[in-house]
Amino acid sequence: MKRLLIVIAFLIVFLLIALPFIGIAVGAFEQGAGPFWKALVRPEALHAMYLSLLIVVIVTALNAIVGVYLSLELVRGTWIARRIKPVVNALIDLPFAVSPVIAGLMIILLFGPDSLVGAFFEGHGAKIVYAVPGMVIATLFITFPLMVREVVPLLQEIGEQSEEASKTLGAGAWRTFFQITWPSIRWGVVYGLVLTIARSLGEFGSILVVSGNILGKTQTATTLVYEDAENFDLVAANSVAFVLGVISIAILLCLEWMKKRKEAHMHAH
Amino acid sequence: MVVKILASQAYKSASRSLLVAYLLLLVAWPIVTVYVKGFSLGWKPFWDEISGPIAWKSILLTVKLSVVTTIIQAVIGTLIAYVLVRYSFRGRMLLSSLVDLPFALPTSVAGLMFLTLLGPSSPLGDWLNRIGVQLLYNQTAIVIGLTFVTFPFVVRTVQPLLEQLDASEEQASYTLGAGRGYTFRHVVLPAIVPGILAGSMLAFSRALAEFGAISLISGNLPGKTMVVSVFIYGETQNFRPEGAAALSAVLLTLSLIVLWAINTLTRGKGRLG
Repeated sequence: MKRLLIVIAFLIVFLLIALPFIGIAVGAFEQGAGPFWKALVRPEALHAMYLSLLIVVIVTALNAIVGVYLSLELVRGTWIARRIKPVVNALIDLPFAVSPVIAGLMIILLFGPDSLVGAFFEGHGAKIVYAVPGMVIATLFITFPLMVREVVPLLQEIGEQSEEASKTLGAGAWRTFFQITWPSIRWGVVYGLVLTIARSLGEFGSILVVSGNILGKTQTATTLVYEDAENFDLVAANSVAFVLGVISIAILLCLEWMKKRKEAHMHAH
Repeated sequence: MVVKILASQAYKSASRSLLVAYLLLLVAWPIVTVYVKGFSLGWKPFWDEISGPIAWKSILLTVKLSVVTTIIQAVIGTLIAYVLVRYSFRGRMLLSSLVDLPFALPTSVAGLMFLTLLGPSSPLGDWLNRIGVQLLYNQTAIVIGLTFVTFPFVVRTVQPLLEQLDASEEQASYTLGAGRGYTFRHVVLPAIVPGILAGSMLAFSRALAEFGAISLISGNLPGKTMVVSVFIYGETQNFRPEGAAALSAVLLTLSLIVLWAINTLTRGKGRLG
């Protein structure tokens, strides 16, 4: 019975997850390393990877700052009345319920050329939709809950006694944050950062809708994979997908290492 | 001193206002916009949009295939969680890591994976073709894609509950002469049902919303293999924001109900997923 269950579990995971992933690697190197490399260094692929990186950096930085600040206000702030807190909490979770395609549509409705805001910016020569700003906003929306959801439980867990003590002893808000709060939430923030990087690098649906998928202009690595696959250029698609897959695995291992570190940390106490 | 306190108060309220504005602008406003746009022409056009034959069929298809995926996930997720918690064997860590891979992989890469693996140019796809099994461009393909992207949910919600359940309770049941099936149904299952339910609902809501992993492999035949998210995408490509928004309002409402149900179910038990 035991052996049978283990074999079934392995079989499911192998067929559904491992085998398809191996398929990508095989597909990428089907015609050798030359075409693989050529697919990666073609100008549109380089531009797509650059754009993905740019979005990851902007979104991660913004999410880190806003996420930590929002968590602090949510847990420590007394100004958000008790009645409003559940509303804010629910608001934070909302992006999880929104389909990526709908997230993209939202940005188009809000900032598209037909909208009030979009028309204003377009009049001043700045495009939001079908350009990088819209893609950043869409990714911000999708990844918004990740950081807050990591930091809030940590803040609740450590309590505010040390912070109170620090303030009583005359330390300012900044000093208290950096010397008392930060050391205990540091790893939660790092974990949230890595989750945000993974999610923003991999975001596809909303980007496809918002970007208009303009070749060499608004294509990211994930939408390039889609475009190549649509054109049945499987070697090119698999080459970029292989790089994305390797990065995903690296991120996954990183997260697992941090999780183990956290558990060891908790056992030590 | 007073000036300093006043200045710091002003600074605080300014930064807090900014925070609330950010939250409203980034999260609340976009969601409200979808509903406003969907109903912008009134009830009748909204109803016409969603009751159009293709639109309505895509809603039904999405719900149907999401239910199928959720049932599959509830079974195999529970099985894998059980194996991961109860047994120790070589490759357990590898199995556990692989379970998380679908969350880390971009969805367009997931779609491409199955396109490559099941397509005619791969040995497996070729073989399946010869024995007459068609796994691409039909509803089976959609279920495969959905099962892939929702894979970790049930495993990861059942696992902690199984860990809390003392193995000695199962031992006691065996000692008292109960069989494996009886023990699982009466000792293990009651303890992990909340996890299975919560994980299944998370998987269901993800399946409803999924786009990337499906659009490459579903064939997107209107009325046959076109799910709501793909339909909405098509509407945005054809510059029909009203139609897209009307369908989005329906899908969004469904997702919000599921999210609300999950929150109600897991309230007080900490965070899941």
